Amino acid sequence: MSEHRGVWAYSENKDLMLELLGKGSRLAGKLQTQLTAVMLGHDIKKQVKELIGYGAHKVIVVDNPQLKVFHVEPYLSALTQLTKQHKPELFLMGSTKRGKELAARLAARLNAGCVSDCLELKVDEQGRLLAERIVYGGNAIVTQVFRTKPQIVTIPRRRFEKLKYTEESKGEVVDISDVQLEVAKTEIVKVKPIEIAETRIEEAEVVIGGGRGLEKKEDFKILDELAQILGGQVGYTRPLVEDRKWFTEWVGLSGHTIKPKLYIACGISGVIQHVAGIRDSKIIAAINRDPEAPIMEMADYIVIGDLYEIVPALSEALRKLLASS
Amino acid sequence: MVRILVCVKQAIDVSQLKVDSATRRLIIADAPKKISDFDKNALEEAIRIKEKLGGEVLTVTTGPEDAKTTLREALAMGADKAYLINDSIFENSDTLATSYVLAEAIKKIGAFDIILCGEASIDSFSAQIGPRLAERLGIPLITYARKLSLEGDTVTAERGLEDCSETVRAKMPVLVTVTKEINEPRTPSYMAIMKAFKKEIVIWKAADLNIPSEKVGEAGSAVQVLDVLAPKVERKKIVIKGETAMEIAEKLAKTLIQEGIIVR
Ligand SMILES: Cc1cc2nc3c(=O)[nH]c(=O)nc-3n(C[C@H](O)[C@H](O)[C@H](O)COP(=O)(O)OP(=O)(O)OC[C@H]3O[C@@H](n4cnc5c(N)ncnc54)[C@H](O)[C@@H]3O)c2cc1C
Ligand SMILES: Nc1ncnc2c1ncn2[C@@H]1O[C@H](COP(=O)(O)O)[C@@H](O)[C@H]1O
Repeated sequence: MSEHRGVWAYSENKDLMLELLGKGSRLAGKLQTQLTAVMLGHDIKKQVKELIGYGAHKVIVVDNPQLKVFHVEPYLSALTQLTKQHKPELFLMGSTKRGKELAARLAARLNAGCVSDCLELKVDEQGRLLAERIVYGGNAIVTQVFRTKPQIVTIPRRRFEKLKYTEESKGEVVDISDVQLEVAKTEIVKVKPIEIAETRIEEAEVVIGGGRGLEKKEDFKILDELAQILGGQVGYTRPLVEDRKWFTEWVGLSGHTIKPKLYIACGISGVIQHVAGIRDSKIIAAINRDPEAPIMEMADYIVIGDLYEIVPALSEALRKLLASS
Repeated sequence: MVRILVCVKQAIDVSQLKVDSATRRLIIADAPKKISDFDKNALEEAIRIKEKLGGEVLTVTTGPEDAKTTLREALAMGADKAYLINDSIFENSDTLATSYVLAEAIKKIGAFDIILCGEASIDSFSAQIGPRLAERLGIPLITYARKLSLEGDTVTAERGLEDCSETVRAKMPVLVTVTKEINEPRTPSYMAIMKAFKKEIVIWKAADLNIPSEKVGEAGSAVQVLDVLAPKVERKKIVIKGETAMEIAEKLAKTLIQEGIIVR
């Protein structure tokens, strides 16, 4: 166990990878060890410098035509060989859907532990890593420790900040492109990209949330108008996406976790799984006609009323006030 | 004829979980339990495949003795036979140890064409058991399936990922994890519930599967729980009142501007 050294980071998502490096470099400092970035793909060597500039002391590159498109098995076999050979003590992986599958399967192959969707990672006085995550649908936060190494954790988008880019940073580059990779067991027959909002919802400073209180899809326009005035974005609850198929992304436990400065929940009941995704918002306002809705317990400012009256009025009031100031 | 196994978890009904607000501890012992939501979707999908192509749907869980109630629910929905893997030495198992128990059970139950799991369980939400099982059993895996179809020895699924929807194919045997939108699970009829009592629930202990104590429970787990606490909720809960919508809106607008969170 003691032979495991070093913090590693890997995500197939570029932005998330830089965030993992940000958190990883702080953890590596605490653990007095090095931070290694793992790069998998094809024709990727140009990106090595960027990872070093964002905090990696070392980059392990596997540049291989078999890794051109993301298929789990070749990626997984590369990661398995690397971790078996180099034995990191901590492996930070991105909590995308692809990443979660990869991490769980890597953990299975290494007979290792894995903590999914970590919201916080700390090193205690004894040098133990404490991993925190949401459980019981958002009712609680669990703190977990590992009994074995490597310790594998997955981390969602926008949880941690990336470091400032430093052009002059130097780092070691290890090229292990010459590995045997497993062939994929599944075949991709079709890929249909989904439209992703220009600014990601996690990045918006103001989010206007719409729930089943919206009667028709077009009515999102009144929320969008308010969002425009505040320079923010509109987000939704899961039923608007899954049941009504109006939109493609939602906020909450199984969707995006956001921490805007202001969240305005419109026609949202505030069931625990939704609340899990908005808990860290600085200010929460709620507009709902039901005074008993659970969102009332989670809000700083509460309006009991019809969103179809309140939201347009709020847009108008803000427009006036902001124009005069 | 398709042989399908559905892994179901008896989960805590998180919507009915109470918190002691003084200590922020959860009152787990009193919380009702139920089949984890997405496992119902997995069961529904299995039963639909059986109704179309014929075959057998078995279901397995590892958990406490009262997980039998969960299995009865699965049998009422239409599963043919259920397995409960229960032993006090399994308590406090993490995903490493739980997936080991399930894999050993599945190997003993027999060969399957398709194994179905939920995308994640509603109480732990780790999304690890399915992928770990596929690795332990050495079969292909398709995660986050929201559409599933069968043709010959091939399974085709549509997966919803963050940036795309991906249609993938794999040869059976295969393990598939399903999301909520794959179907609308049926509510069993009274007749179906009565019939479920006649169906068999096999109970196996650790010894029946030759599972050594050091590979399960706390000893066999790589991850250990230190503490579970309800998050702090510190919200102002100020109700903004007024005669008209406009009056309320103006008050709210002013308040939000005073908070200094509106940057423009
Ligand atoms: C495992 C699991 C994971 C989940 N993950 C998520 C998740 O990530 N995100 C998520 O959002 N959900 C998630 N859900 C679903 C979640 O449990 C709730 O069903 C969902 O959040 C409810 O959405 P809602 O508030 O829009 O609808 P409802 O609960 O139906 O609430 C609608 C609200 O609108 C109010 N209303 C109606 N009309 C008006 C009006 N004209 N003006 C003002 N108010 C009005 C009503 O009073 C009501 O409170 C998950 C569920 C499970 C089981
Ligand atoms: N104790 C269990 N018994 C049987 N199946 C389980 C158990 N725990 C989890 N699963 C299966 O694994 C899926 C994912 O669970 P989890 O990894 O806890 O998110 C569930 O939807 C179930 O299909």
